[in-house]
Order: sequence, then C-alpha cells, then structure tokens
Amino acid sequence: MENKMIKQISVFAENKPARLERMTEILKLANINIRAFTIAEAGDFGVLRMVVDKPDTAHRQLNEAGFTVSETDVLGVEMSDSPGALHEIAHILGSNNINVDYAYAFVTATQKALLIIRVDNINNAITVLGNAGVVLIDMKEVEMI
Amino acid sequence: MTDYWDPLIERMPVDELKKVQEEKLVQLVHYVYNHSIFYRKRFDKAGISPDDINSLADITRLPFTTKQDLRDTYPTGMFCVPKKMVVRYHASSGTTGKPTVVGYTQNDINEWTISLARALTSIGIGREDVVQVGYGYGLFTGGLGLHYGAEMVGASAIPTSSGNTERQIELMQDLGSTVIACTPSYFLHMSEVVNKLGINFKDDTELKCGVFGAEPWSQEMRQRIEKQTGIKAYDIFGTSEISGPLFTECTYQDGIHIWADQFLIEVIDPKSGEQLPDGERGELVVTTLVKEALPLIRYRIGDLTVINSEPCKCGRTHPRIMRILGRTDDMIIVRGINVFPGQVEAVLLTIPEVAEHYQLIIDRKGELDTLTVQVEVTKDVFSDKISDLMRLENKVGKSLKTVLNLSAKVELVEPGTIPRSMGKAQRVIDKRKI
Repeated sequence: MENKMIKQISVFAENKPARLERMTEILKLANINIRAFTIAEAGDFGVLRMVVDKPDTAHRQLNEAGFTVSETDVLGVEMSDSPGALHEIAHILGSNNINVDYAYAFVTATQKALLIIRVDNINNAITVLGNAGVVLIDMKEVEMI
Repeated sequence: MTDYWDPLIERMPVDELKKVQEEKLVQLVHYVYNHSIFYRKRFDKAGISPDDINSLADITRLPFTTKQDLRDTYPTGMFCVPKKMVVRYHASSGTTGKPTVVGYTQNDINEWTISLARALTSIGIGREDVVQVGYGYGLFTGGLGLHYGAEMVGASAIPTSSGNTERQIELMQDLGSTVIACTPSYFLHMSEVVNKLGINFKDDTELKCGVFGAEPWSQEMRQRIEKQTGIKAYDIFGTSEISGPLFTECTYQDGIHIWADQFLIEVIDPKSGEQLPDGERGELVVTTLVKEALPLIRYRIGDLTVINSEPCKCGRTHPRIMRILGRTDDMIIVRGINVFPGQVEAVLLTIPEVAEHYQLIIDRKGELDTLTVQVEVTKDVFSDKISDLMRLENKVGKSLKTVLNLSAKVELVEPGTIPRSMGKAQRVIDKRKI
C-alpha cells in the first residue's frame, strides 16, 4: 500500500504579503522542485499544499526555518487528459462511499492528467481504484514527472 | 522537610507578629512625619497627627500614597533621609509616564536581601545551588535583587541578565545552574531555543526550579512549564517602589508569603478605598515597616489579589497573597466589559493545541471595540485540513466567550510570529484612539 501513496507537504501560513516568497525561497535554496502546488485560504490564514521531488528534505528545511509544516499521505491518480476522466475517478470513489477532503489536478508533460487527492480512507481508496484499473503514481514517478 | 532562614520570625505566632507590626507602624508614622515634608503635608491635610495612630486598626485613617506621588515628587521628594545616607538608587523605565526613583540606605539593602533570603530558602535554595539570574541588571531591580538574595543564602549567582539566550543555555549547562530566575515569558523563549538546539532541560541541564515574576502569569502557565520542562515553577513578587523582588511562594505553591515584620499589607476596594476582609479580591496596598530612605505608607501597588492570613502548611505564619490576578492598570475595557490578560491566558492554556504565546489586540471599528486574540498554532498538532484549523479557531473563541462574556475574533498565526520578550511580555496592543 505504502508505495501507492505520495507524500504531500502542507504548510500553515498567515494570509499576508511575502509569506509565499519566504517559503519558496527556502525551497529554492534547497534545490527542491515543485511538481504540484495549491493554496487553500481561510480568512486570515491559509494552508499551502504541494507535491515536491524531495519531500523529506523540504519538510526538514521548512521546519528548521520555523514554518509549521506537516507531511500528509495523499494519492496521485493518473487520468487520461480527456473529457469525463475526472468523473470516472469521482464515480469510483463516490460509489464506494469514500469522501474526498480536498483535491487538485494538473496536466503532466506526458499528455496525462494527474489528480492529487486526500481522502478519508486512503487504504480503501487504493483498493477500489486499483480494482477499477486506475493507475496510482508513487514517489519515484513524482520525481520523474 | 522545610528549612527556614529565620525560624523564630517566620514561625512567630500571629498575635505576636501583629504586636511587632503595631509597634513598627506607630514608630513609622512618627518617623515619616518628622523626616519628610511630603508626609507632614499629607498628614496635616488629612487632619491626622502621628499621635492618632496607636493600633493596627488605625491604619485605615492614614491617607494612601500612589505612583503619582512618586512622579510628582521626582526624583527624591518623598525620601526621608539625607542623600549622603543613600547607598543605591534604582529607577523605573518610565514607559507608562515619568520615571520614578527609589533610594536605599545600607539597612534598606540588608532588609531587602533578608526578605529574599527567607523566600529563596522557603523554596529549598541554598549553598548547593547555582542561581542563574536572567532578570535585567541595572536600573531595574530584578537582577541585582535576586543576585544579592542568592548570594546571601550561599548559592552561587550567575549574573547573566536577560538576552543572549544561546549563551545563557551554554552557561546553564557548563556551570550546572540549578535555578533560573527570569520572567516566565523569557523562560518560554529559552525553552524554545533549548528545543531548537536539540536538547532538553531534564536530561541536559541540572535545572530544578525557576523563580518567575515581574509580569502576571497564570496557574495554567505554571502547569505547562512544569509539565514541559520538568522543573518546579515558583512565583516571585515585588515591585521597585517597595524595594524590588521580595517575596515568593514556598514549596507548597499556595500563595506568596509576605514578611509581616517588614511589610503590612491590606486589600482594598479599588473604587471606594475601603479595606476588604481576608479572602476578598481587591487592590493590594503595602506599608513598608522598616524602610528608611523611602518608606511608603499605604502605597497602592495596583496589583489585584486576595489575602490569606491562615498559617501555611510549611509552618510560616505570615500572611500570603494569592496569585496576582492582574493589575488595576492592565485591565482593559472592551465594549464595557473588564478584561484581564491573565484571564485570557488561563483560557488559552487549557487548550492543548495552542502555544504559550499570545497577544490581545484591541481596536475600534466605527463605534465598536473589537478584541482580536492571536494565538500560535503548535507544530505538533498542525492539521493540513482547513476544517480542523477552523474548528480550533471556533473552540478558542467559544472558550473565551464563556469566560469573558465577550466575543473575540481568534486569529491563528505562525509559530514565532508573536514577538518574544527578554523582559516583560507585551500581551496587549491597544490600537484604539480614544
């Protein structure tokens, strides 16, 4: 199961100027490449979420710089870059009663689309997606996107 | 097992102690009347002669003195000795107005030091101890006060003063400090640095207790400090006008022992000035019974507390004041409701997800006061789900509302963003322009 999950870095940030600048500077200096990135905002604070090539290094560097940072297990779901692809994934999860806490998606260089999701029951999701023939990418593949 | 610095005095029966106070009070009113134009005028104006004061009960006939009196007579207008008798001066920073100056005769310094020697002995500090004094040295009384007290009980004093935290921790390890004396907020900062260095007080230092004061701190803060660092956290009390840091709790941590042969305390209703009975909360008023250079009669310190005259389990018979709950002048009024930063702290620290650092920001939008409470999200509990963070904000807001009866906006902020203090923490920022 483990190798079907990818590690997402989440950072707590106050909603004010230069916080993103500061954080990305640390990643830049540590030579971390960001593969996917999103900001969720909730009034005076927000949570930055990202998938990077070296999550452990990113975690350590951000932590040492004083950021509140955590690593979360998420799934990287491979989709075809065509209409209806997201619906197909949503249908598998929905019909198996798996709730998506949050999701973000992007198109990769290989003409595929990738959906990053955090779900309430990750092991269950891996099983049902696997049974339906959906490809979940692992950390090695993240490095190569 | 309790040690005493001066068992005869510390365990003196209460009625004998009162007799000592009465004699000293009667002498004191004659002394100030005869040695100070300020007091003579003040007594005359109130229609009081020193001969009118013959018992402890008569004290309520005497007029109060206040910080404003010290300011009005700046620098030495309330002194009762010629300047050649003064061996030391301290001065307040004057952040809240004109500075005030206090002076000490040699005997005043001795009495101050004795008070602290009794206090430090009551928390088990003695010859074997190494006391790291992280209070500021200089015009502020904290550093030098603790320093002399520690030396008198035979401990080794390390005059680190405040600041330069990594060096403090290095010295603490190298010299085996067993006691740290500083403000509780500075100790919290020190704990953060200790964590950052990858060490902890329990395994990597000899520290056994902290003597924390110079700013109000709550019982909840004590529990946190003790739990997180494994040391005992004791409250120390005093203020420069009455010498400096003077009194602490004993090992029972059940109120601060006020040496009745040196000081006479009362609690009054801050509005009416009426003396309140034991157990009732009010403003602390102190009369210095043995000070020579700057004796104070019924000085309104401004701290809010409760007196407990029951002898303590430790055997000491002197009255205790229960934890200082705040000051009459740090009370903030938000939308007509009285708020003490200490109340907010007590609420916050019952919520494990919240760090020890917080700040209250008061502003006015239109005609309405707003109270914003900023709290830091601790790293251990950070959830990457927004809903969890919102739930935390709501939880803090609800708890505050229950205690303060006031809606506050709760703002989660990043760890380390609330300014750390080397001395007294600034908990309240009032942006209202009234």
